[in-house]
Amino acid sequence: MRYLLSIAYDKQHLASVRTFVREVLLTYKISEIQIYQLVLAIDEICANLIIHSQNCNEHRSFELEIEVIPDRQILFLLRDDGDAFDITKYCTPELEEIITAGRKGGMGLILVKRIIDNIEFSKEKNHNICRLVKNITN
Amino acid sequence: MAEAYCELVIEGSIDASSSIHLENSLEQVILEGNSVLLINMSGLTYISSAGLGAFISKLDIINQRDIQMIFFQLSPAVASVFEILGLGDLLDIVADKETAIGKIK
Repeated sequence: MRYLLSIAYDKQHLASVRTFVREVLLTYKISEIQIYQLVLAIDEICANLIIHSQNCNEHRSFELEIEVIPDRQILFLLRDDGDAFDITKYCTPELEEIITAGRKGGMGLILVKRIIDNIEFSKEKNHNICRLVKNITN
Repeated sequence: MAEAYCELVIEGSIDASSSIHLENSLEQVILEGNSVLLINMSGLTYISSAGLGAFISKLDIINQRDIQMIFFQLSPAVASVFEILGLGDLLDIVADKETAIGKIK
C-alpha cells in the first residue's frame, strides 16, 4: 500500500507531516515506540529539506511517499527539486563536538542515521530522491 | 529547609517551528541566576532534535555557572530518543519529581 503527501517548504507544516506518518503507521503492526522514532526520523529529514533545500519557500512543495510491506519493510521516499543534499555523504558530527561548540543543530541527521536501516540518495531528471528503508521487527 | 529550585514545565510538541520558545525560556531561567533547574517532561508529547538542541546548546553555560539541571518524568518514547543519542550519560535524568528533588545538592 502506498501513501502520498505533498508538503510546503514551511516549518509550520511539520506537525501535519508527523500526523500523516503516524496515521499511516498506526494501521500496521508496529510498536508505539518504533512509530514514534520513525515519525521523528521523517520529521528531521523534512525539517532539513524545508530549511536548507528551498530556504523555507512556502510557495513550493516536495513529496513524501510511504510504502509499507506488512511485517517486512517500510519505505519512505522524499522527492524534491531544491538544492541537492546527499545525506549518505554527510559526515555526522560526534555528540561531544556539538556540545563543545554549543551548537543547536547537528543531532537531527544523527537520529535519522541511527533510526533508519538503509538510506539512498539519487538524482532523477530534476528531482532529488531520498529513499529511507526501515525493516520492521515485531 | 525546603530545597530551592526552578521548575520548567515542558508541554506539547517541540519541533523546528516551536523550539525557539523553549530556548527563550531556558535562557531566561539561566539568566535569572537559578542554581537548580528541574525540567518537568511529563506533558511533553514530542521532541525533535531542535528541542534537544535547545538544551544541548546551553550545556556549556550551565556547566560554567555550576547550575544543576535535572530532567524527570520522560515518556518511554521520549526516553528512547535520549537513549538513541546517548544523552543519558551526559544529562541527569530521573524517574519523578521526588527523586529529582532528592538529588539537589
